[in-house]
Amino acid sequence: MRYLPLTSADRSAMLHTIGAKSVDDLFRDVPREAYLTTTVDLPMHAGELEVDRQLSKLAARNTAAGSVPFFCGAGAYRHHVPASVDHLIQRSEFLTSYTPYQPEIAQGTLQYLFEFQTQVAMLTGMEVANASMYDGSTATAEAVLMAARVTGRKRAVLSPNLHPHYTETVRTAAESAGLDIIIGTEQTLDGDTACFVVQNPDFTGAIRDLTPLSATAHAKGALLVAVVTEIVSLGAITPPGDMGADIVVGEGQSIGNALNFGGPYVGLFATRQKFVRQMPGRLCGETTDVEGRRGYVLTLSTREQHIRREKATSNICTNSGLCVLAFTIHLSLLGEDGFRKLAALNHDRAVMAADKLSRIKGVELVTPTFFNEFTLKLSKPAAPIVDALAKQDIIAGVPVSRLKPHDKAATNLLLVAVTETTTPADIEAFAAALTKVLS
Amino acid sequence: MTELKTISGHRGLDHEVELIFELGRQGKCGVDLPEPELKADRLGGLRRRGLIGLPGLSEPEVVRHYVRLSRKNYAIDSGFYPLGSCTMKHNPRLNEKMARLPGFADIHPLQPASTIQGALGLIDHLAHWLKLLTNMPAVAMSPKAGAHGEYCGMMAIKAAHEAHGQKRHVVLVPESAHGTNPATAALVGYTVEEVPANDKGRVDLAALKSKLGPHVAAIMLTNPNTCGLFENDMLEISAAVHKAGAYFYCDGLVHGRRVGRVRPGDLGIDAMHINLHKTFSTPHGGGGPGAGPVVLSAALAPYAPLPLIVHGPNGFELIEDNATAKAHDAQPFGRMCAFHGQMGMFVRAMAYMLSHGADGLAQVSGDAVLNANYILASLKDEISAPFGNGPCMHEALFDDTFLKDTGVTTLDLAKALIDEGYHPMTMYFPLVVHGAMLIEPTETESKHALDEFIKVMRGLTAEAKAGNKARFEGAPHFAPRRRLDETAAARKPILRWTPPPTTKAQAAE
Amino acid sequence: MTETRYTKDHEWVRIDGTTATVGITAYAAEQLGDVVFVELPAIGKSLAKGADAAVVESVKAASEVYAPISGEVIEVNAKLEAEPATVNADATGAGWFMKLKIKDTAELKDLLSEAQYNDHVKGL
Repeated sequence: MRYLPLTSADRSAMLHTIGAKSVDDLFRDVPREAYLTTTVDLPMHAGELEVDRQLSKLAARNTAAGSVPFFCGAGAYRHHVPASVDHLIQRSEFLTSYTPYQPEIAQGTLQYLFEFQTQVAMLTGMEVANASMYDGSTATAEAVLMAARVTGRKRAVLSPNLHPHYTETVRTAAESAGLDIIIGTEQTLDGDTACFVVQNPDFTGAIRDLTPLSATAHAKGALLVAVVTEIVSLGAITPPGDMGADIVVGEGQSIGNALNFGGPYVGLFATRQKFVRQMPGRLCGETTDVEGRRGYVLTLSTREQHIRREKATSNICTNSGLCVLAFTIHLSLLGEDGFRKLAALNHDRAVMAADKLSRIKGVELVTPTFFNEFTLKLSKPAAPIVDALAKQDIIAGVPVSRLKPHDKAATNLLLVAVTETTTPADIEAFAAALTKVLS
Repeated sequence: MTELKTISGHRGLDHEVELIFELGRQGKCGVDLPEPELKADRLGGLRRRGLIGLPGLSEPEVVRHYVRLSRKNYAIDSGFYPLGSCTMKHNPRLNEKMARLPGFADIHPLQPASTIQGALGLIDHLAHWLKLLTNMPAVAMSPKAGAHGEYCGMMAIKAAHEAHGQKRHVVLVPESAHGTNPATAALVGYTVEEVPANDKGRVDLAALKSKLGPHVAAIMLTNPNTCGLFENDMLEISAAVHKAGAYFYCDGLVHGRRVGRVRPGDLGIDAMHINLHKTFSTPHGGGGPGAGPVVLSAALAPYAPLPLIVHGPNGFELIEDNATAKAHDAQPFGRMCAFHGQMGMFVRAMAYMLSHGADGLAQVSGDAVLNANYILASLKDEISAPFGNGPCMHEALFDDTFLKDTGVTTLDLAKALIDEGYHPMTMYFPLVVHGAMLIEPTETESKHALDEFIKVMRGLTAEAKAGNKARFEGAPHFAPRRRLDETAAARKPILRWTPPPTTKAQAAE
Repeated sequence: MTETRYTKDHEWVRIDGTTATVGITAYAAEQLGDVVFVELPAIGKSLAKGADAAVVESVKAASEVYAPISGEVIEVNAKLEAEPATVNADATGAGWFMKLKIKDTAELKDLLSEAQYNDHVKGL
């Protein structure tokens, strides 16, 4: 088998050195009732060609977003990733390296983590960021747990316009940690509240000024946690750090990473310097070596599970490694000018689409402010329309009822996302099909 | 001859690399984008003002920067990692190619079901293989990494107890366990009690039995354990645990050592996470991403988190809310994360499994155990092995007794290994032996590679015992950086680049 | 008259009337390695004997420091925040952690004498 280098001659020689008769002999500690002597009932090994054919067949049964007019968002966005990004992350030394616990031979990884942390702090307007979390939803849950630790309080208020999957994820994590989760507005905050979690742009696409919310939260001794699910929006709108947020979390998938049907993604986590020892996840810090040269190491790891054990700030072992690298490289290629231009293009196309679609009879634009995603109210339920348009090879966005199945007010609502990859022809096709199905 | 100092600071192919913030310049861009048409915006008066601070670079500069950085990394593609508990095996490139097929990479998690039947089909197929390989009836696919999977398994256990009206608050964990185990148990709301090891390096069965009771929710066990040994009392342990009304969580870190030969379902396990980035070769990527699906027993299956994938009259469907789940006789404990799991890693793992097949997977576990035992047998006469009298499983454990009175520590030996061209082995873990060295070769190392490594280990040991300390003092000497000051990094953390004051003033104008 | 006593967990306690100054021993500091951070309790906090009082972090480990006796925290060594290395340099002097108002003098008899502590360390 092509990945297994031992020959039978090798095995004989090795067994001789060990003093065992057979490989089965080495498994003698396994209770006989549990040791398999026949192979499991699954197919035998296959060559590359066969595996390629099998998997290509499965892949062909999916409609790739780039092959049709495509308008889905709701926490994952389709952007163009330059060719050199994917090429660079596939270099052996990046793709197949281990976690940088031996910093002397992992300066490549450590330096890009340091660059990433700086980029995230800059984008969010915060002082310090970690080396990433699994995704935006788990980063949000970790932020709530951190706010509870920092304030010593046991209650978190979540905005009703937080992405429903994020809300559910926070609930699962927080309730097992003994925290109360309440859905409410800034009016709900009180002296027992650890934090108020608000998404901006929110789940409907709307943008608001978080400054008054921060003030209200701080007056009650609570932290403001801001969530950003479309990181490209920070190229166009005021970052949460400039609006008084204490912790900013988000989803970095839009930069450098494909849609990948929901994962792997890259969670962003940024906060103020004064909270740095309460931050979960990996952190990369600058230092010098014995020859006085600048270098980088993982640091403040005594907060993490492998040292604090039950007293750890979380049980995170992993960051998103390669997805972080893709983000860092893509953002390096974009730079200040490119990132702002990309954001402006996204907003332009979204405005074009929103204007065109809201002129259709039976379509109303519900969000007057938005970045690259907005909510339309249709004269008929949205989910069947999306299914019908899918049969015409148009992926018309995400019906809100998909994420809020028990909210009657959501039935006719459709979330539409538009990026720099959306063409005027795509918007035309969508508008034409929508007009027809609503008439 | 003292080392020549170059003018550039570079040393041949070994280049010094600045930060992108130090290399970048205003006005440069590595991407060509069309001009936006600058209509009146709909941003609610919140247009971003002021510089973000991102550096501008052209594509050639970015490419050179990251290529130079890559060359400062050790990787499995370039050398052996004798890292215990990490399973650093070859990452097949076919897996990368498959994961990048547009039909897998360019699909959105919330597209209509009719447009992603192949994606749901792949997840279902992978789940099928995982269930068969482990002989377990159910698997939760959404956890994003091993630790996340551990959390999932423990949450399912908690949900099961709550559903049965059981108030249990303690989880038993062996003292040799990886730190994630107690951290996870605490995160889920349990108190942790440690179970000691016996002198054979395995869980003390009598001690375990005495700790079981109506207050114990579960035991978290690693098997093979962190000493590389198979817990031979597994069946007795699971029987005792179930009799006491508790559940059995198994840390599947090294499931690969048993894949195709031993199945958790046959050992009475209730939940086990599987690290796709260890057992099933998805790349470590310098620290992630991983994936940690959790196989579940019939007792825990109803509590698996959302989403669930079912097969109905219209093909595959996703169940994404509790009410619909209830109609399918499921009581999910909630949702672990947004969307459906690490699809990118699922495709890679599936390609790996299809490539190996049932026969290949059995060979994987056989060769992995053989390689580890070969290393143990070839070193134990010179390097002290606390459990060297019996076979080990996938990894061999040594301690620092052999270094007594040499003035050389486990750490010194490890850093000297770097100069020899190797990544160090796992050190100081497990905590149950002094100065531990844990070596897991995996099945993708050739006999030649192992022989080379054995030669080096024996050579370094001889040097230490002979009192030739020069190569150990101040090692490593030949890495891109020598030993780094971790104390300074932790005392005064510098976690980002900050622009020098003059640049800030200019930006404010 | 001041008197210094010890615990098996490597804390020292200097008793001066109703005040007890607490720190970790030189042995503990050596075992930990370079101290990078010390987390001290809030002033006014009431600690029961054996409760978590402080955390001392080095690069590789984080250790709890337990209250050797019950008492109320009346002062903490703020210098340790800026200079955690003081714990390594002078563990029994300038590296003190906190001062407690002794709650129950009867608890003092459970503490080890210097001789007893040194014997305990020898046996480790």
